[in-house]
Amino acid sequence: MTTALEKTTAAKDRPVPGTPLLEVRDLHVEFKTRDGVAKAVNGVNYSVAAGETLAVLGESGSGKSVTAQTIMGILDMPPGRITSGEILFRGQDMLKMSGEERRKIRGRKIAMIFQDALSSLNPVLSVGYQLGEMFRVHQGLSKKEAKAKAIELMDRVRIPAAAQRVNDYPHQFSGGMRQRIMIAMALALEPDLIIADEPTTALDVTVQAQVMDLLAELQAEYHMGLILITHDLGVVADVADKIAVMYAGRIVETAPVHDLYANPAHPYTEGLLRSIPRLDQKGEELYAIKGLPPNLYKVPAGCAFNPRCDAATDLCRTESPALHQVTDRDGAELAGRKSACHFWKETLHG
Amino acid sequence: MGRYVARRLLQMIPVFLGTVTIIFFMTRMLPGDPAAAMWGDKAADPAQLAAFKHQMGLDVSKWQQYLNYMGDLFTGDFGTTMGGRKVTDVIGEAFPVTIQLALLAFAFELVVGVAIGLFAGLRRGKAFDKSTLVLTLLLISIPVPVLGFIFQNVFAIQLGWVKPTVQAQHMTFDQLILPAVVLGSISLAYVARLTRTSIAENLKADYMRTAVAKGLPRRKVIGTHLLRNSMIPVVTFLGTDLGALMGGAIVTEGIFNVQGVGNALYHAIGRSEGATVSGFVVVLVLVFLFASLLVDLLYAVLDPRIRYA
Amino acid sequence: MPDMIEKTAPAGENAIPAQRGTAAEAKAEKPRSLGLDAWHDLRKRPVFVISAVLIVLLVLFAIAPSLFTSVDPRAGDLRNHYLTKPNYLHFFQGDWFGYDGQGRSIYARMIYGARASVVVGICVTAGVTVLGGLLGMIAGYYGGWVDTIVSRFTDMVFGIPLLLGALVILNAFQVRTVWSVVFALVVLGWTQMTRVMRGSVITVKQSDYVTAAKALGAGTGRIMFKHILPNAIAPVIVVATIALGGYIATEATLSFLGIGLQDPTISWGIDINSAQKVIRQAPFALFFPAGMLSVTVLAFIMLGDAVRDALDPKLR
Ligand SMILES: Nc1ncnc2c1ncn2[C@@H]1O[C@H](COP(=O)(O)OP(=O)(O)OP(=O)(O)O)[C@@H](O)[C@H]1O
Ligand code: SF4
Ligand SMILES: [Mg+2]
Repeated sequence: MTTALEKTTAAKDRPVPGTPLLEVRDLHVEFKTRDGVAKAVNGVNYSVAAGETLAVLGESGSGKSVTAQTIMGILDMPPGRITSGEILFRGQDMLKMSGEERRKIRGRKIAMIFQDALSSLNPVLSVGYQLGEMFRVHQGLSKKEAKAKAIELMDRVRIPAAAQRVNDYPHQFSGGMRQRIMIAMALALEPDLIIADEPTTALDVTVQAQVMDLLAELQAEYHMGLILITHDLGVVADVADKIAVMYAGRIVETAPVHDLYANPAHPYTEGLLRSIPRLDQKGEELYAIKGLPPNLYKVPAGCAFNPRCDAATDLCRTESPALHQVTDRDGAELAGRKSACHFWKETLHG
Repeated sequence: MGRYVARRLLQMIPVFLGTVTIIFFMTRMLPGDPAAAMWGDKAADPAQLAAFKHQMGLDVSKWQQYLNYMGDLFTGDFGTTMGGRKVTDVIGEAFPVTIQLALLAFAFELVVGVAIGLFAGLRRGKAFDKSTLVLTLLLISIPVPVLGFIFQNVFAIQLGWVKPTVQAQHMTFDQLILPAVVLGSISLAYVARLTRTSIAENLKADYMRTAVAKGLPRRKVIGTHLLRNSMIPVVTFLGTDLGALMGGAIVTEGIFNVQGVGNALYHAIGRSEGATVSGFVVVLVLVFLFASLLVDLLYAVLDPRIRYA
Repeated sequence: MPDMIEKTAPAGENAIPAQRGTAAEAKAEKPRSLGLDAWHDLRKRPVFVISAVLIVLLVLFAIAPSLFTSVDPRAGDLRNHYLTKPNYLHFFQGDWFGYDGQGRSIYARMIYGARASVVVGICVTAGVTVLGGLLGMIAGYYGGWVDTIVSRFTDMVFGIPLLLGALVILNAFQVRTVWSVVFALVVLGWTQMTRVMRGSVITVKQSDYVTAAKALGAGTGRIMFKHILPNAIAPVIVVATIALGGYIATEATLSFLGIGLQDPTISWGIDINSAQKVIRQAPFALFFPAGMLSVTVLAFIMLGDAVRDALDPKLR
């Protein structure tokens, strides 16, 4: 990497790895539409530290993206509405900041990578312009300086012949290259935190691995926090430090990645893990969680998962479970493990 | 790009010739004898009439006249009026006036139309947006003669802000403002509606979300990312409209006494002056063809996904 | 206002994009119910209901004006002059809206003027739709040199501004009736329909069910009218409905310029023209025909908007 980028890195007040970066507390978001009020996020709690990767898992519609958009401050309002909660970024509640303060965090401190790079890049502006814009707006660089920076960034994410391609438009790149450009854009100002919303879903399998590796590598290099939203449990095992599982707009389980894989504390997580195809189970029929994801306009009373849960009891149908601290058989707290199930003990130890 | 332009120019030739041919026969089929009409109510002296017809080239068959006309056209000779003036002189007199009028109307509909459309699109469903939709619909429905009289009455006669008509001899630019507003108003309504729809649609695009996520100020998000994409359909309309505005603002020029193409054409049609009418229309068709070429090229500039080979 | 028709349907807003993938596919499954769906959809729209009521009323004026007034619109009584102000409480009477320069009842002329407008609007629309639609279908279906010839010819006529061309054509008629105006506008106005129909047919032609019909050995006529037409017609109907209001406005403009309809035909355009000379003494003489004309054009444009929304939700 060239000296120019290193200098900015040194000048920045980077959080020490391991210190808390972002903490989402009891976030609630709903959408008012013609069909009624959709409770998309119903009490999300998660946190990321500098240098840490948090994977957010969950079925389609479970509120992963809405949470991420709320953190970024790019939620469509209306129809969206944040009804309660806090989003602490380095100790400060971003929901209480002014629009201008938040804008200065976006892109500079927290950046986002979107799923579909083709539609997320502006079709009528060159990639060089779109990358350079970050430097021009946030650092006041000239057009020429910004372009040099853009080329540097494209090199950094290993786009071949960056200097020649800097004036090309998004549609002239392949899917993988476009996603690299998205990554470069997020990386441009070396933010403290990157939120990647399904960054590889739209790509071919072989390209997926390359892009994921690049992202993990850059994250390690810059000691950034990373929130990785995905459906893909395989990717999670490789790169994440901890996992938050979402269901119907709630975190139902959080745990360090290996603990969760080895021994889930929530029936929904159990079902998810059983539904991954595994080499040693070849030939057996793949498990699928019965039933459909809940209707967000009418979330079931009690535990939202109860209509689909094999272990559900009457308690589950009336009382919503709290997010319990998980303990081992001797009652000692397991660090970072929580579960929103009345019967987490039975699930974990049973 | 160069090859594309060349091909388009080549394709324009047959269309141009065809349109001119249609126009020639349409105008020469005008009944009545325009030559005889030169003598007014008096009966013309047959010898003099024949001489006049010969001089005007009207004593040969329609087909021969057509060939002569087309031949002359390529040497830049548009023929003469019955009064003996060169048609090119009449065109040269009327067009500058209409170009000023049309450009003024064009600037008006572009600036005001896009601005209204932008604000309405950004506030979709709000009061401003709803009233824009209703008012533009009303504007579209009011026929131009009526609109012209209303504006003339209100702004010139009642309020006295401007002169009600244009002075034929020494026309000044500010006298053209009111006619330009009337001329551009219907198009303005369309520009506003098109821009509004386009803005509201692009507002939902993923790249807009990216632009906000990049931490760009709102001014840049809208000015650079939204407006550029939203102008693409509007440009198509504006391109065809520039030709249409020039195409003889017959009613507007009549109401405000603007001595431009519309007025000249109206009187030429009334006097069955074939050469004058077709001369004007030839120029208008050229303007129209070049405007549509310009739109296609502008399209490629605005939208890099379009490539002309 | 050189070219009202074109403006009534600007390319971006109303013209139908050539690629209508999903809409066309959806229709492929149930071509018949599309019209029915659209109807159910339409009935719920206030814009449609308002415009439909207005149009029904206008058509009634056109068919049976004597139901609404017993006054002869052509009978002038010079004792009633402009200066006889309207008597706004004399509902449906001859002097309700006052008298024009020749002492004729403005109210009666307002009612009777609907006929020319409605006839011109409907006949021109029908004419351009049939003529333009047929040419567009032929060009789109056969392609190749047939398409080239039709398309180039369309371009040639398209280059002639509508109002201007109509003035030239109408000037050739010594006596101008509603039918000469219809003739002039159809001769110049079909190009827009040809373009829309051609684009639509080309899209539909490529769909699977047309290929299937061909494979089953259906004849050209059958394929064109049974399989392609029902699926390609929607954009044409939309453009035609919106254009209708524009034709009415053009007729009024031609009559206003004195090269459209003539006495004894009653046209709002003619009345607007004669009223403008006395706009200061008798503004009501301008207001009523102008208002009627505007409301009529508005009703058809609103109808077109509603039909477009109902037939093609993607264009909303
Ligand atoms: N702009 C919006 N207007 C209305 N509802 C919305 C909007 N955005 C999201 N929702 C609703 O919020 C719910 C959660 O959506 P979200 O995009 O967060 O799901 P997700 O977990 O990211 O799913 P996926 O894996 O499919 O991306 C969905 O049911 C969706 O319908
Ligand atoms: S609370 Fe009950 S329904 Fe919910 S996951 Fe636990 S056991 Fe299943
Ligand atoms: Mg998502």
